[in-house]
Amino acid sequence: MARRLPRKDAVIIGLGWTGSILAHELTQAGLDVVAIERGPWRDTASDFPISYAQDELRYRLQHQLFLQPAQTSVTFRNNAGQTALPARNWGAFMLGNGVGGGGLHWNAETFRFLPSDFVLRSHLTQRYGDKFLPEDMTIQDWGVTFADLEPHYDEFEYLCGTSGTAGNVNGQILEGGNPFEGPRSRPYPTPAQKQGYGHTLFAEAAKQLGYKPYPQPSGNLSQSYTNPLGVTLGQCTFCGFCEWFGCANNSKATPQTTILPVLLRKPNFEARTESEVTRINLDRSGKWATGVTYVTSSGEELEQPADLVLLCAFQLFNVQLLLLSGIGTPYDPQTGNGQIGRNFTHQTMSSAVAFFDKDKYNFNPFIASGAIGMCIDEFNGDNFDHSQLGFVGGGYIGQVRTNGRPLESMAVPSGTPAWGLKWKHALRDNYLSSMTLGGACHASFQSYRDVYLDLDPTYKDRFGRPLMRLTIDLHDNELKMSAFLTDKYAEILKQMGAKEVIKQPRKGPYDVTDYQTSHLCGGAIMGESPDNSAINRYLQSWDVPNLFVQGATAFPQNAGYNPTGTVGALAFWSAKAIVLQYLKNPGPLVHA
Amino acid sequence: MRSLAPLSSVLFASLVVSAGGAVADGIDKQDFKQIERGRYLSIIGDCAACHTLPGSGHDLAGGRAIETPFGVILAPNITPDPTTGIGAWSDEEFINAMTAGTGRNGAHLYPAMPYTYYTKITRGDALAIRAYLNTVPAVQNPVEPNQLPFPLNIRAAMKVWNELYFTPGTFVPNPNKSAEWNRGAYLAEGLGHCGLCHTPKTLLGGDKTAERLRGYALQGWFAADITSDPRRGIGGWSVDDIAKYLKTGHSQASIATGLMAETIGQSTSNMNDADLRAIATYLKDQPGRDGTAADPVPPEQSAMKMGARIYADECSGCHVSDGKGSAGLFPPLAKSALVQQIDPTSLMHVVLRGARSVATDAAPTAAAMPQFAWLLKDDEVAAVLTYIRNSWGNAAPAVSADEVGKARRALAERNE
Repeated sequence: MARRLPRKDAVIIGLGWTGSILAHELTQAGLDVVAIERGPWRDTASDFPISYAQDELRYRLQHQLFLQPAQTSVTFRNNAGQTALPARNWGAFMLGNGVGGGGLHWNAETFRFLPSDFVLRSHLTQRYGDKFLPEDMTIQDWGVTFADLEPHYDEFEYLCGTSGTAGNVNGQILEGGNPFEGPRSRPYPTPAQKQGYGHTLFAEAAKQLGYKPYPQPSGNLSQSYTNPLGVTLGQCTFCGFCEWFGCANNSKATPQTTILPVLLRKPNFEARTESEVTRINLDRSGKWATGVTYVTSSGEELEQPADLVLLCAFQLFNVQLLLLSGIGTPYDPQTGNGQIGRNFTHQTMSSAVAFFDKDKYNFNPFIASGAIGMCIDEFNGDNFDHSQLGFVGGGYIGQVRTNGRPLESMAVPSGTPAWGLKWKHALRDNYLSSMTLGGACHASFQSYRDVYLDLDPTYKDRFGRPLMRLTIDLHDNELKMSAFLTDKYAEILKQMGAKEVIKQPRKGPYDVTDYQTSHLCGGAIMGESPDNSAINRYLQSWDVPNLFVQGATAFPQNAGYNPTGTVGALAFWSAKAIVLQYLKNPGPLVHA
Repeated sequence: MRSLAPLSSVLFASLVVSAGGAVADGIDKQDFKQIERGRYLSIIGDCAACHTLPGSGHDLAGGRAIETPFGVILAPNITPDPTTGIGAWSDEEFINAMTAGTGRNGAHLYPAMPYTYYTKITRGDALAIRAYLNTVPAVQNPVEPNQLPFPLNIRAAMKVWNELYFTPGTFVPNPNKSAEWNRGAYLAEGLGHCGLCHTPKTLLGGDKTAERLRGYALQGWFAADITSDPRRGIGGWSVDDIAKYLKTGHSQASIATGLMAETIGQSTSNMNDADLRAIATYLKDQPGRDGTAADPVPPEQSAMKMGARIYADECSGCHVSDGKGSAGLFPPLAKSALVQQIDPTSLMHVVLRGARSVATDAAPTAAAMPQFAWLLKDDEVAAVLTYIRNSWGNAAPAVSADEVGKARRALAERNE
């Protein structure tokens, strides 16, 4: 029997980006807030100090910042005809663990989605007609618009100190930025990061082909910056250890470097780490949350009553907790009924490896940051005419090589033996003059009727709870799109002067062992009606109005950008609705 | 499970400040203004630094171990509890303890209680502090302060000590200096008791008055030179820099860690700007050494070469290659007074054990330096310290592996 603790105004499940943002906004509003985090406390100087933060073996190969599969895992299958099996190591995506969550180990690529992304179904059917979309594609509008979120994108970027070059300020298109971006109310808080040689050459080649390259917006800062909360970040030193790593010199925007120092000084905030929430508790009606039950690392089960529950865990675990707590109706792929688990999406990544004449090119690839790079947006979203292409969606294409880490930088030209002296020589000869890593084509993933999440019938976690089951595969739409984008990328590489380009478009079936990104989305999506969404436009549960579900869980489908900027903007947008509307009159903010 | 209790920030809706003038006795001890003034003065005096046991949840109830060169003294309970605190003390007894170093029964206090400084405060200020202390929750917590070994545990010995090192008497303003300077002097030399840490001590623990404020090693740290010495002191800092440092823990020139971080967090960050500027004005006028140093260790020397390599690998990611650091985050090493102190105790401490700077309302970041004891051997720590002390225009004596070894052993024994 769980021991019952004194009531709090709000309980936050998971202390990553969204948990930290919500905790800050709600404590500012005077609420007494507790955050319960499954993983450990993580502190820059103690946990990833400069003396070993750049340990590729420890962090990249041994996954030391991530959830360990012994703690919990997921099961995977490509389609409902198969039997899902549990993952014993992470592959296609990484699952953060501990304070900071995914916001600790990210590359800090801080994008905004396109205005058309938020009204995707309306936009595409208006432009291409009712019959254009495949029948099983379940994309839909978000219920919020770019204009709704713009002030909150701005809030998140100014929290992070994002380094970038604006392409559109209040409708005015600016040279050097992304001309396709939605209008922003003001420029980025800090100028774009300096670019490496390879990135610069890519931009020149892209320009020669008629594109408008822009620097990737970066949460690895070009200069030191003090955010509106008074917290100071340093200047990135291009060490090239961002994604999968903690930043040792406070130059990557993370909850640790932007919010937590202020939160920890607040008397009305408390964090409890190494404590895993096992259930959101409901009252007898099933329509109102009474708090959460969690288990500490010593095995004690505790009940934390609260008036307001903020579900801020990673996407998969948000969905899992909803299902385990009996909130909403589980999605049924046969009938299409039920919202929890529906419209699960990932990202469609592809690349090309290019080899250059080593006597003419030296890219010094180790001079990098997680969000360095030059990109083009000509083939993102619906920035280009899809009517003759046989697919919808797109992505940004960029030379965004984020590192020259030795264990990951072993590309050799075709025809090289796989081992031995010749392989070593090829490795040596090409390390500085090849382009290998970096999400060259970072593209969308539309939602489909047969891609979803549910509880696994067989495999359970250490508490005896069913694991999340992922049913996911790539559809023709994504495969065609990936081939198209990869060709475009390869053209630019050739224009740069590559002597060999090996294209690597995304191929099916979806492979859970091959890393793409950690951008899992959907499963409890936002929308205009409880008939086609789990949460309303303020991320409030349709079923349990004192529960708000944060994060990419809300995305009805995934766009061709990294999601964190949108996750941050949605968190601020939701927080504003809670503070200005919900707290005055607790109940549904949108009446169905 | 780890529970993080946040430090509650102390906010002052209004600050009522004494100009240092005497206040007549017989005032209303329950007068809000009197109590509020006492509270502010108790922050300047930093009573809580010693008298509150961190984590106990009981303000000013004593029990914190105060390290002295002669042994440990437990700070007594100064809550109004009549049996274990000072609730039964008369005002005269309180003033005697504060300003004359004599306890309730006439027994001598040890100068861990800075009566040698507090003697300068006015009777009015002492009474205001008393009025405030009467309002804090009484806590029953018996504390036996005297933990010293024989014969130091004989309090009467302090009579002799006082003859040597204690000059009683209320602060006398210097008519040749500004009111601001005099306010600064009153605070720095009295209630603020800067010299308790920053002034070198004799073998018996008395202040070496001829070397006032030129720095002193204690509790594993070196309280830096805070005279106007342009190299090692604060001669190169503006009044604004000093006031900002005391208010926020951060300035262009330095970032506080260690004991000073504690002092800033509890005391100076909660002082008003006028008082901080007054202290800065006074300190900048205090004579120090002339700023000259022996020639720097030449870069060809092997320790310098080794230090440069270690610096590039382990330090330059934050302090950057030219030693300029990052404002508000990582302190500059180039031209840093702290780096050029003759005594490298603080530097060895920071490198071996790491250090966290202080979080204040104005500068909440509180970045930290990781520890390197596990990574760098004694000669490597010595080399990198010699390097930073003699690069970018810095000049200070080389650090030896032997010194680092001693510091490593001493730190290992410190239970913090």
